[in-house]
Amino acid sequence: MFEQPLLQVKNVTKKYGAGCQKCMSYCSTKLIKNYCSTCRTVYACRNVSFDLYTGEILGIVGESGSGKSTLMQCLYFDVEPSSGIMYFDHPGLKEKNLFHLSAQQKRLIRHKKFGMVYQNPIHGLKMHYSAISNIGEKLIAAGDRNVAKMESIGNMLLREVEIPVFRSKEKPLHFSGGMQQRVQIAKALSNNPPILFLDEITTGLDLSVQANVLDLIKNIQMEYGVSMIVVSHDLAVIRMLADRTLVMLDGEVIEEGLTDQILEDPQHLYTQQLVYSLI
Amino acid sequence: MKLTKHFAYFDEGAKKEIRRATLKAVAIPGYQVPFASREVPIGRGWGTGGLQITLSLIGKKDVLKVIDQGSDESVNAVSIKKLVQSTTGVGCTDQTSAATIIQSRHRIPEVPLTKEQVIVLQVPEPEPLRSIEKSEHKTKTLHAEEDYSGAWLQLFEQIMMFGRTTTNANHPVIVNDRYVMAPSPIPRFDNEKLHQSEALILLGAGREKKIYAVPPYTSVRSLAFDDYAFLVENFKGKTCRLCGAEDVFLDELVNETTKETEYQCNDTSYCLERLNNETTEEVGEYV
Amino acid sequence: MAYVAVKGGTKAIEASLNLLNYERIKAGKIIEVETIMTTMRSLVDQVMSESSLYSPFLAALAIKQAEGSMEEAVFLLRAHRSTMPRLYHSEVIDTKDMFMERRISASFKDIPGGQVLGATTDYKHRLLDFDLVDESFIENEKWLNTFKEALPVIENEKQLIHYPKVVSYLRAEGLFPTYELNNKNPIDITKENIQFPIERSARLQILTRGQTGAVTSLGYASLRGYGAIHPTVGEVRYGKVPIHVHVPTETSTDIEDQYYIGEINLTEVESFVPITAKDKDGVDELQFEIGYGACFGKNETKAIAMSILDQCLEHPEVAFPTHDEEYVLLHIDTVESTGFISHLKLPHYVTFQSKLDAIRNVKKEKASDEAN
Repeated sequence: MFEQPLLQVKNVTKKYGAGCQKCMSYCSTKLIKNYCSTCRTVYACRNVSFDLYTGEILGIVGESGSGKSTLMQCLYFDVEPSSGIMYFDHPGLKEKNLFHLSAQQKRLIRHKKFGMVYQNPIHGLKMHYSAISNIGEKLIAAGDRNVAKMESIGNMLLREVEIPVFRSKEKPLHFSGGMQQRVQIAKALSNNPPILFLDEITTGLDLSVQANVLDLIKNIQMEYGVSMIVVSHDLAVIRMLADRTLVMLDGEVIEEGLTDQILEDPQHLYTQQLVYSLI
Repeated sequence: MKLTKHFAYFDEGAKKEIRRATLKAVAIPGYQVPFASREVPIGRGWGTGGLQITLSLIGKKDVLKVIDQGSDESVNAVSIKKLVQSTTGVGCTDQTSAATIIQSRHRIPEVPLTKEQVIVLQVPEPEPLRSIEKSEHKTKTLHAEEDYSGAWLQLFEQIMMFGRTTTNANHPVIVNDRYVMAPSPIPRFDNEKLHQSEALILLGAGREKKIYAVPPYTSVRSLAFDDYAFLVENFKGKTCRLCGAEDVFLDELVNETTKETEYQCNDTSYCLERLNNETTEEVGEYV
Repeated sequence: MAYVAVKGGTKAIEASLNLLNYERIKAGKIIEVETIMTTMRSLVDQVMSESSLYSPFLAALAIKQAEGSMEEAVFLLRAHRSTMPRLYHSEVIDTKDMFMERRISASFKDIPGGQVLGATTDYKHRLLDFDLVDESFIENEKWLNTFKEALPVIENEKQLIHYPKVVSYLRAEGLFPTYELNNKNPIDITKENIQFPIERSARLQILTRGQTGAVTSLGYASLRGYGAIHPTVGEVRYGKVPIHVHVPTETSTDIEDQYYIGEINLTEVESFVPITAKDKDGVDELQFEIGYGACFGKNETKAIAMSILDQCLEHPEVAFPTHDEEYVLLHIDTVESTGFISHLKLPHYVTFQSKLDAIRNVKKEKASDEAN
């Protein structure tokens, strides 16, 4: 018997533009990179499919413009995909395409089942509310109404991400980039989500801070057994974190497999270039 | 060139539109119904929302009471009363129990209202989420999707920063377990009077063009966390210097001779009634 | 014996109203409504425009009653407007039929029909004219006679010129896109509730009744850098347009069965704004869009500013407040803005008492924390 994937993503496509006969009759060779020269439709992602299993970290690597961030935004309901299916193995949601749920249901899933860490903390945090309230926000959204409980969870998580408790009532606005990112991680973890999305979370941080944040992620995964999807343009990040990896180019998945396998024996020309540039 | 005036100022078409919005508001407790909002002869922000509701509902047999911050004699209350009276000829009263329609700014009278009565509250800012989200389009979506985490977050942040919630008047409430509503800036003290009220409560925001309602016997809960109870203004141990009332909303005054802080009923007609009852008690039935 | 309420408020209002009347008439002068209507035309136009009620007489009366206060006069007229049933709406006005008094284009020197300067203060030096202190009827009469004699005589209708719109000339050249006629009924913002995002018909109504100063300021802010629109005034025209109504109970749709109910003075502006748009194949091309401004009476500054804001609001993707329809449209109405600002004069005793309570409690909390 096979294990049931926690999240199944099938044929997710996000296009900007109306699309025309030429590009809609799907054949990638007709496109220049990811756009159609006839109708100028941009395909940010095309027919992306994958499964995510409980407790694993799935890496998505690709250069900027490859569609990996758009994909992530679709999965977290920040952006509505043009077409595609997402199944989530959860009582009451089986066989239901999450993309077709009502806005209110999507909001609830976001708040209760998903966590997101954005590249830019400004998207994930309310900079003018205290760090502890930022964590509280996610718990409140998930339905928590007990202040003492939320405060203790918040303080525990802040300790976990190494924010000193005496700074918990300060605004993230006054924190360094690395600290802001750690508050975001604490916030994303607060309601114990089965799935965590991490979008280029180390980009823009100093190398030493990067290592620190990556260690944190690794520890969290071991401690909480949460499934993660990690998007990065940096193969080093993927190598350190991901069990399995998808390689994206021009909106499409061009290669996928175990991270080791992709690093040792890349098949696609682009992946080969990527891997060699790392070494 | 003289013009005759319509009964209750508006033309009938305008009144019908306001009534339609009001009916919808009653049907969806706590939901802000947008309406066209006519100009009236008093300033936007001076009770035009309440006035439009009052004018659209009032009939010749109604008895009107208008209060501003608890007082029947406050200049703006007098001005509104004058306008309604001059365009309808209805009778006015200061006595809460004698009124059929009570228009009020920022207070609910101390005398419990009955199912025969309608209270119309004037609302400056109907959107309880405005301080969190400035866009009307977005707040409307938040209501539709029942996402009130922003409203809760504000209270949470207050508790984190100050050890307790620091809301003053206009503490948000949840109506019928669905919509978060701004109770108009009534003091927290009055929030409890909204819950399971016998009287129909209508709220009108003229400038912001919204009408909303709490129908009789509807649940209205003030937003509060499980372990931080909702607290009303505290007048413990303080009594009205005139009528000696306790458990009412008091105005704080400074006695100019003694320089001491004294308290007095904010609801002036309630105070007066008590004073008169006392007198009756003292002198028996003889008046 | 019983206690009675002190009628302080009632008495205070009475006294205040008396004082107000005293201030108005104490100098012993009376200005006739007729005088205001004929000599304060700009003021009358502005009041009509901001109150969206076209009646020079009522506007002049409102100005008299308001002692010249714009916000009061507009307020009076708006409130009066609320009492009036609205039974009909006019047929669409085509401004190419305007009886032109003035028409200029900043885009083209040689517009078909030519530029018509008309009456304008644009080139009048702003020097105080002390002769106006002792203006005489006789002198004015003399001047008028000479002026009239010099006017050309129009002998028959055929000599009348209708001026085509500048844009129609450019449209014929393919510089402007052509659109299908949109015959959808406009939203009446005074009768229907508005909900954001709103239609252009509602936007234009709110803009045209906006406070002149507010509309001008926001239009200016957009030009100066807080906006992304760089317009050229394609055409400003001012003149009279006829108004017709169609009686809905009569089934005939024949234009001959419409009733002519009068004419209004109108300023109309079309601003040309270059934008990059995608053609039907999705290829970028440079095009012009039109920002539209129109208002009752003569008020060219407002109409131009309106045309800028109209165009700004057509492009909400631009991240300036002047492109945000809630920001612009919810704050330019004179009755709303002056009303809410002035409501701060109302007592806020209860809310303040409540605030005091909140602050005292926090202080108490802090003190007890420190004591522990």
